[in-house]
Amino acid sequence: MQDNLLVEWRPTAALENLRLRACVLAAIRRFFAERGVLEVETPILSSTTVTDPHLHSFTTCYTGPGAPQGRTLCLQTSPEFAMKRLLAAGSGPIYQMGKVFRNEEAGRRHNPEFTLLEWYRPEFDLAALMSEVEALIRLLIGAPQAECLSYADAFVRHAGINPHAATVAELKHCALIQNISEPPGLDDSDRDGWLDLLLTHVVEPQLGIERPTFIFDYPPSQAALACVRPGNPAVAERFELYINGIELANGYHELGDAAEQRRRFDVDRAKRRAAGLPDILPDERLLAALQHGLPDCCGVALGVDRLLMIAAKAQAIDEVLAFPVDRV
Amino acid sequence: MATYSTNEFKSGLKIMMDNDPCSILENEFVKPGKGQAFSRVKFRNLKNGRVIERTFKSGDTVEAADVVDVEMQYLYSDGQHWHFMVPETFEQIAADAPAVEDTIKWLKEQDVCVITLWNGVPLSVMPPNTVTLKVVDTDPGLRGDTSGGGTKPATLETGAVVRVPLFVEIGDLLKVNTRTGEYLSRAKA
Repeated sequence: MQDNLLVEWRPTAALENLRLRACVLAAIRRFFAERGVLEVETPILSSTTVTDPHLHSFTTCYTGPGAPQGRTLCLQTSPEFAMKRLLAAGSGPIYQMGKVFRNEEAGRRHNPEFTLLEWYRPEFDLAALMSEVEALIRLLIGAPQAECLSYADAFVRHAGINPHAATVAELKHCALIQNISEPPGLDDSDRDGWLDLLLTHVVEPQLGIERPTFIFDYPPSQAALACVRPGNPAVAERFELYINGIELANGYHELGDAAEQRRRFDVDRAKRRAAGLPDILPDERLLAALQHGLPDCCGVALGVDRLLMIAAKAQAIDEVLAFPVDRV
Repeated sequence: MATYSTNEFKSGLKIMMDNDPCSILENEFVKPGKGQAFSRVKFRNLKNGRVIERTFKSGDTVEAADVVDVEMQYLYSDGQHWHFMVPETFEQIAADAPAVEDTIKWLKEQDVCVITLWNGVPLSVMPPNTVTLKVVDTDPGLRGDTSGGGTKPATLETGAVVRVPLFVEIGDLLKVNTRTGEYLSRAKA
């Protein structure tokens, strides 16, 4: 028999943390059942996927009835597109909790597959959804009352710079005085990349330390699938929740305009082409659903593993996962 | 030119930074949910020992450093260079003062050390974990005191000074921990 005494087969999470996970999942389902939000399951495998140049989908091949030559399918990075099709079909408020998959992501707070809780609230505005997120967080980890800070205020407070007005040269200078080295591959044309550098290295570590912090009103260039509210400056109706410097949830006033959604897909695809990334075709079923009509709604996705990290006071995501990617 | 992508980064990996060989100490993956991923790396410059932090875009590459660790026997010093030999091949190599600076006080002929070579040139020398060295100077021993209550300084044949128990005398052979600089025991001649 092969000697496998040195094979790492044990879970990286303490059993106590796996019990905590079971409790939290049950409490989340109770929370939504009590509020009349319907649990749904949508496919993990789909013929297309997100176009965001910073998200990398796994692909696999289905061969069988209907696909004799094999058909490429993508593992979903979030259930957003399918859930919006349910909303357009009249589902009313829905939530989903399940595994999502993101290639090229592994680290202290990342695992290429993780558990995402995503929910949508027709007729809610962002403030109402943020309140609901906070109610869930307080139920699960008993956090103190959250503070709300605009993206601009967070940058002014923690990095001393206005993220809407600053030029790339000013963002670079800000990184320099914060002792952040210039990433050799980060281009001057990539303004959002420089904002992300300051966000991850300077701003984020200071968010949600004493109380949970909501960040809202993002630059329109980072709207993703959120509506943009005109103004000076125009801002994306998007929020994120941070606790202990950890990004926990990302919410949108959902974009319902099919033409604008198609335009954003095309912008993403142009960026992918420029970066030498594989092209991704727009999800025509999502666009058709938006054209049919998405009810005005807000939606949010929350990383359940990170929530467990906070609840268990874990330093690394491995401490709350039975088997992280380097042990599968 | 050999390169490493950020996906290969891990502690101990040897890379070139600002034309100096460096060893990665820590690598942290950071990424906003919707945004650019970075590798935040801490590494030690192997020439001057300084610890530096740098950030790379995920997927970028850096030049690999040709750094290897080789076990070699210390032969002698001619005052300017310290000469080492690979016991199996008799291949000899000379290290300069900066490379042996931290190690010199533990270097005894014939001991086997680990030499870190960069492009074939010694960068640093790691002595064995423990060495046995003769006491060349210390206050007279207190006969019969083996309780180990007090200590006194003792100068060893290589010039190292260590705290030793009071019963140690000139001419004794001592086992010393080179990582902590602490006396371990008396050794038999």
